[in-house]
Amino acid sequence: MKQFIGFLKKEFLHIFRDPRTMMIIFLLPIVQLLLFGKVINTDIQNSRIAILDQSHDNTTREITSKLVSSGYFVLGDELMPGDDVEDVFRKGKVKMVVTFGPEFEKSLERDGKADVQLLADASDPNTARILTNYASGIINDYVKKEKLQNLQLPNQINTEVRMLYNEGLKSVYMFVPGIMAMILMLISAMMTSISISKEKELGTMEVLLASPLKPIQIVLGKVTPYLLLSFINALTIILIGVFIFGVPIKGSFVFLMAESFLFIMMALSLGILISTVAPNQMVAMFISVLALMLPTILLSGFMFPIENMPLPLRILSHAMPPRWFIVIIKNIMLKGTGILFVWKETLILMFMTFVFIALSIKNFKIRLE
Amino acid sequence: MISIQHISKSYKEVQAITDISLEVQKGELFGLIGPDGAGKTTLMRILMTLLIQDEGTATMNGFDIIKDYKKIRNMVGYMPGRFSLYQDLTVEENLNFFATVFKTTVSENYDLIRDIYIQIEPFKKRLAGKLSGGMKQKLALSCALIHKPEILILDEPTTGVDAVSRKEFWEMLKNLQQKGITILVSTPYMDEAMLCNRVALMQKGKVLDIDTPRNLVDGYTRKLYAIRSNDMHRLILDLRSYEKTDSAYAFGQYLHVTGKDDEVEATEFENYLMRKNHEDLEVHDIAPTIEDVFMELLQDTIV
Repeated sequence: MKQFIGFLKKEFLHIFRDPRTMMIIFLLPIVQLLLFGKVINTDIQNSRIAILDQSHDNTTREITSKLVSSGYFVLGDELMPGDDVEDVFRKGKVKMVVTFGPEFEKSLERDGKADVQLLADASDPNTARILTNYASGIINDYVKKEKLQNLQLPNQINTEVRMLYNEGLKSVYMFVPGIMAMILMLISAMMTSISISKEKELGTMEVLLASPLKPIQIVLGKVTPYLLLSFINALTIILIGVFIFGVPIKGSFVFLMAESFLFIMMALSLGILISTVAPNQMVAMFISVLALMLPTILLSGFMFPIENMPLPLRILSHAMPPRWFIVIIKNIMLKGTGILFVWKETLILMFMTFVFIALSIKNFKIRLE
Repeated sequence: MISIQHISKSYKEVQAITDISLEVQKGELFGLIGPDGAGKTTLMRILMTLLIQDEGTATMNGFDIIKDYKKIRNMVGYMPGRFSLYQDLTVEENLNFFATVFKTTVSENYDLIRDIYIQIEPFKKRLAGKLSGGMKQKLALSCALIHKPEILILDEPTTGVDAVSRKEFWEMLKNLQQKGITILVSTPYMDEAMLCNRVALMQKGKVLDIDTPRNLVDGYTRKLYAIRSNDMHRLILDLRSYEKTDSAYAFGQYLHVTGKDDEVEATEFENYLMRKNHEDLEVHDIAPTIEDVFMELLQDTIV
């Protein structure tokens, strides 16, 4: 036991004395979360629009003010009939132009219909689609509530859409679980694999092997600090998610942390496995980034929906541990479900952990070759 | 104390060591002498249970190096060829770490390392990576000694260390030997061979000879000349093309030269070289050193 504590002490000294390691462990998660949450934000806020109003009546003015007060849009230019709309887009200042047809209010009250045109800059197709959806939603909503309630329209079907579990369609709800999976993978797997292969590279492994230390003590000594640090990171990410981005935790917090713990264990055993294969830090880093980071980002369903992937990639995504972890934490945090609903994913993670540990034990060498 | 029988080891295609047998007595300071690639490190790693030999057996203090590898790891102090301490830990932290790894404390075995550690103690708060070469070796030796090993295995401890530190290091080894520790040390420096009780001269994975350095030198019966001139490069070419020369190789500022037989006189070399227009010529007898013995053995194996 004393041996083990001595080893732990040494590991913590390594970590605390290396500024790069410290940055990766303590700064990276926060920076990444804030970046994804704030900057790389697919939510629409304050998009600049231009209005081309050909009727200038009460209704068009009210619709305009509805659009602007929604928070999604800011009024950029008021265009005059005859202005070159394309020119406005080319300057790149506005994302959408709303054009009201002539005699808007009159024709609405007379015929129950009127013309409004939404022109969007689709050089960014996602944003364009979201903008036009929001705008037409706001316009229809206003027209229905304010103008048409007195009119009898035959056979009208009202579709009411509600976005469950994420009413505001906030992308940060998706990013927090995704970032958490990515950071835990990065710190647990990459840092352990690097720290073990560093001993190989610098020749200190030779001395450790020639000492009475058992392999299991070496591995546990290497892994334990990162287990603790990753756990702290998981907590930090959840706290930032809850208090800065307002992501709810509807399910049990303890259960959430327990699942995070399982995922960390999985990532750590993967890190050990990598280090048994990698002869030096460079290789360990390469394997970690290529085999862990990229698939985590691309194939786990964190950035791109798995359903849209071609079949081979969809099959491959089953082997990505973060895929299952993201499902689990989204269930716990957003839907508030318990183990009954995520037992399958939990079992898969346990199985993966078991496989990685078994392979690591098989591969770990008590000698130099 | 260390007994090696017919050990061979090859890496994929390279035969690293071939059929090595040797015995190291208790309390002996035994040297493995040979150039890079002679197989010294491989042999030491096999003894340290870090590699498994292809053939042969070896025991350390009666323990088999394969079966009883755990006992051996407890009992032997090892200093690998490369500096293998944690550069980002201080001198003191390194020492404490190795003490706990070997289930002991620094104070418990302080007696053994005091003479060595006292020299680096003023720098105990310094990171090991910031020490000079000589001090690194002293620290590494302290760490290897911290668990009071019965056998000490040192792989080229003085390579890359300045001359003064080398001398100090060997004095430390002598002191450790006084305390009853069996020491197996490897070195590429021939002059250090004279400081060992016995040496094994190694080349290309084979042991050429094992004896005390004194006996090895005494066993050298050839007549040896030291020759120099103002153009050493041409000198060595001329001498090697001379029909009465057996061997000629550079040795410090001189060439060491032997004749085809011991009848060849110094004057014959002198006359020959004068004809070749060498200036500032100097030819005289010289007593052989261990390096001459080694070169002689090498030549025998090549022929």
